[in-house]
Amino acid sequence: MKGELKELKLTVNGKPCELKVKANTLLVELLRNELKLTGTKVGCLDSACGACTVNIDGKAVRSCSVLALQANGRKVTTIEGVADGDKLHPIQEAMVEYGAIECGFCTPGMVMSAKALLEENPSPTREEVREAIQGNLCADEGYVKYIEAIEIAAEKMRGGQ
Amino acid sequence: MIGDFEYFAPKTVDEAIALLSKYKGEAKIIAGGQSMLVVMKRGLLTTEYLIDIKGIAALDYIKYDEGEGLRIGALTIHRAIEKSPIIQKHFRVLSEMEQNLATIQTRNWGTIGGNLCHGDPAGDPAPVLIALNAKLKLAGSGGERIIEVEEFSKDYLEVALEPDEMLTEIQVPTPLSHTGIACEKLMVMKGDMGVVGAAVSITLSPKDGVCKDARIVLSNCASVPLRARGAEKKLIGKVLNDSLLVEAGEVASTEASPPVDVHGSAEYRQEMVKVFVRRAATKALERAKAA
Repeated sequence: MKGELKELKLTVNGKPCELKVKANTLLVELLRNELKLTGTKVGCLDSACGACTVNIDGKAVRSCSVLALQANGRKVTTIEGVADGDKLHPIQEAMVEYGAIECGFCTPGMVMSAKALLEENPSPTREEVREAIQGNLCADEGYVKYIEAIEIAAEKMRGGQ
Repeated sequence: MIGDFEYFAPKTVDEAIALLSKYKGEAKIIAGGQSMLVVMKRGLLTTEYLIDIKGIAALDYIKYDEGEGLRIGALTIHRAIEKSPIIQKHFRVLSEMEQNLATIQTRNWGTIGGNLCHGDPAGDPAPVLIALNAKLKLAGSGGERIIEVEEFSKDYLEVALEPDEMLTEIQVPTPLSHTGIACEKLMVMKGDMGVVGAAVSITLSPKDGVCKDARIVLSNCASVPLRARGAEKKLIGKVLNDSLLVEAGEVASTEASPPVDVHGSAEYRQEMVKVFVRRAATKALERAKAA
């Protein structure tokens, strides 16, 4: 029936969640409004800016362009699931240290795109880094610092301090 | 924000078709939804029943056999096609096309079948698949049928699916020997929809180098992916050189009736058809000679 709440089981940041949602709920609406995970940003809500990027089963995906119910049975990671307690992830550390963050609005999406990249490809070329964040718009034009920070994080994650 | 609907997530093709038959005409299929959710959010599309087929794992595959050619399950994501070693080796134009299809996020969730069924004449896969002479397998309550990709698009956002039918497989034959295929599109930014685009396939005769067959397909130049048959005729039966490729672009430009929007006037797009047909044809010819 229309308007009926549907059952949804998924893992968010390592925690199993069981919820009931309206079928027309977008994943980003579930994350921000229901689960109060507001680190994921909404820029355009139109699949253009990439601010709402999360990882689904380890892949970068725009949470404004997926129905919440389509994440059923899947593992979703948001920016809140990236740091280990108070210890920042090497990608976050590098972004802070090397000045990649300006206003910060696009940063959660950038981190999630970078994380998916480095988990799949620990030694990306500069072109691959550029491609990975091609779908994340930064209104401050801070792309170069992001690219450099991701390369530094990749190096750290490979073990070379 | 999106109009409400009743939601189903069938696990098999049969279940999906049963739902389509039950709610004939009132139901829409969603796969990755990378195009569909955009139009739903704008209120351009509403549906009573939404059938989410993204979870039908049996339609996610890439298979290759030299005789049979390439078979791609309709729910294969774009990124899998882009990165498939089989496709990179035997159908590299498909991988190249995917590299410029939207962004990684879209390619990670969007499916090849969803793209084709959306029926956007600016879409990238259909022109390349038409140049490759590909076919589609459709499944419905009456069984399966095969249709040429070229016959699939009917009008803007309209395809030749009956209300109880769904796309299940893309079938790409192994190209004839001495065939080269390439695609090019004009983008404002990498990954954008093509302002215009061209996919070109050229087959040469190994004996005398004469062009045996040519297929030229334009994107965003009509209400459907457009075969530029006049341009193809310019090439077939001749030993190709650059001035013939320029002529083919000029003829293709007269066959195009492109839309007008913020990215370009019809006249500008027609000029760009000349450029992009020539570029794609030049690359296809080089590849045919090297094949």
